[in-house]
Amino acid sequence: MTTTTLDDTRPRNALWGWLGLALVVWIAAYWNLTAFADFLLALTGLDRATHTGEAVHFFLYDTPKVLLLLTGIVFAMGIVHTWVSPERTRALLSGKRLGVGNVFAASLGIVTPFCSCSAVPLFIGFLSAGVPLGVTFSFLISAPMVNEVALALLFGMFGWKVAGLYLVMGLTVAIVAGLVIGKLGMERHLEDWVRALQSGTGAAHVDEKLSWAERIDSAIAQVKDIFGKVWPYIIAGIALGAGIHGYVPEDFMASIMGKDAPWWSVPAAVVIGVPMYTNAAGIIPIVEALIGKGAALGTVLAFMMSVIALSLPEMIILRKVLKLPLIATFAGVVAVGILVVGYVFNAVL
Amino acid sequence: MKNVKVLGTGCANCKNTIKLIDDIAKARGVEVELEKVEEIKDIMAWGILSTPGVVIDGKVVHSGGVPSREKVEGWLSA
Repeated sequence: MTTTTLDDTRPRNALWGWLGLALVVWIAAYWNLTAFADFLLALTGLDRATHTGEAVHFFLYDTPKVLLLLTGIVFAMGIVHTWVSPERTRALLSGKRLGVGNVFAASLGIVTPFCSCSAVPLFIGFLSAGVPLGVTFSFLISAPMVNEVALALLFGMFGWKVAGLYLVMGLTVAIVAGLVIGKLGMERHLEDWVRALQSGTGAAHVDEKLSWAERIDSAIAQVKDIFGKVWPYIIAGIALGAGIHGYVPEDFMASIMGKDAPWWSVPAAVVIGVPMYTNAAGIIPIVEALIGKGAALGTVLAFMMSVIALSLPEMIILRKVLKLPLIATFAGVVAVGILVVGYVFNAVL
Repeated sequence: MKNVKVLGTGCANCKNTIKLIDDIAKARGVEVELEKVEEIKDIMAWGILSTPGVVIDGKVVHSGGVPSREKVEGWLSA
């Protein structure tokens, strides 16, 4: 909205005030996480030197940290999402050629709101608007894998280098896999009714004009929504992570998942990840605990990407629109990409 | 009587959307004919990109996520 009347400036100022206050509280809380965990641990009477004490301390430190990071990032992305709708992304991508289109699609995958239950409508909607098959796949791979939740958690737990590498590697996998699928010309492996739809164009979509108050409301709604969905996964993930952290001996993982582990440890991590289905929020606390015990970063990240990007339930949903050869190609190409990422991470870091 | 279709493959958000519309319609005493469209082919015929979608009297009014209470009240009062 470009017009600002006197009437809506006053609530708007109050809005910014609340937002500023929330930011200050957020930062203060984030800086005092260790003190908070120490304090709570002291209340339980446990000693950090014991296994139980260390596990409980890990849990008390990590839970508020992950929840804070998640709130902050989901809110910020919630604001961004009010500008980027799937409809707008589709309009940007339609008619793009293989190559540039794949880079575009993978990048837009990061900022476009995406829910795995919408994967199929999105897939068909993109194709019917003239987005090439390979470009559509780049989007479909990037959107769940390189998302704000994954990046926020990686940043919080391992710092910007790992988060950055994950971002670059995730985008690369999505772009290359999409290019390969596009080059293979597998359009004939779409289900017949999907191909019949392709001639038509999607319904026109009117973008709603929103005020800042509405954008913020929408972001808050998104925080509530995502929180409501992922908190059990996060708590379970952190609890499991805390158990590994407290009880599994140091370097236990080094022999099977470490740098000097046999070459097959990366493929094994990918294979184990496929039947598992959870989101980034649930898997990252486990990742952190495994790394703390000597697992190599590349192997663990390959495991994580496999859990998120290659899941059996998603394949079953996609089967409604894709014939088996195309699903197999999709899974194969992505798996190879993840393997390469695993080996590269292990070699570089 | 309004005909309301909720388009969605049976995910949690789709069920919440149906329940929300049903609740509001009952609370306001508005009679609606509520339909679930769960077959992906039929959903795609409406040209939406993200589910759940809502169609009222043959017109797509919403897609992607559970609609807000105000939005639903707006549809039912008009």
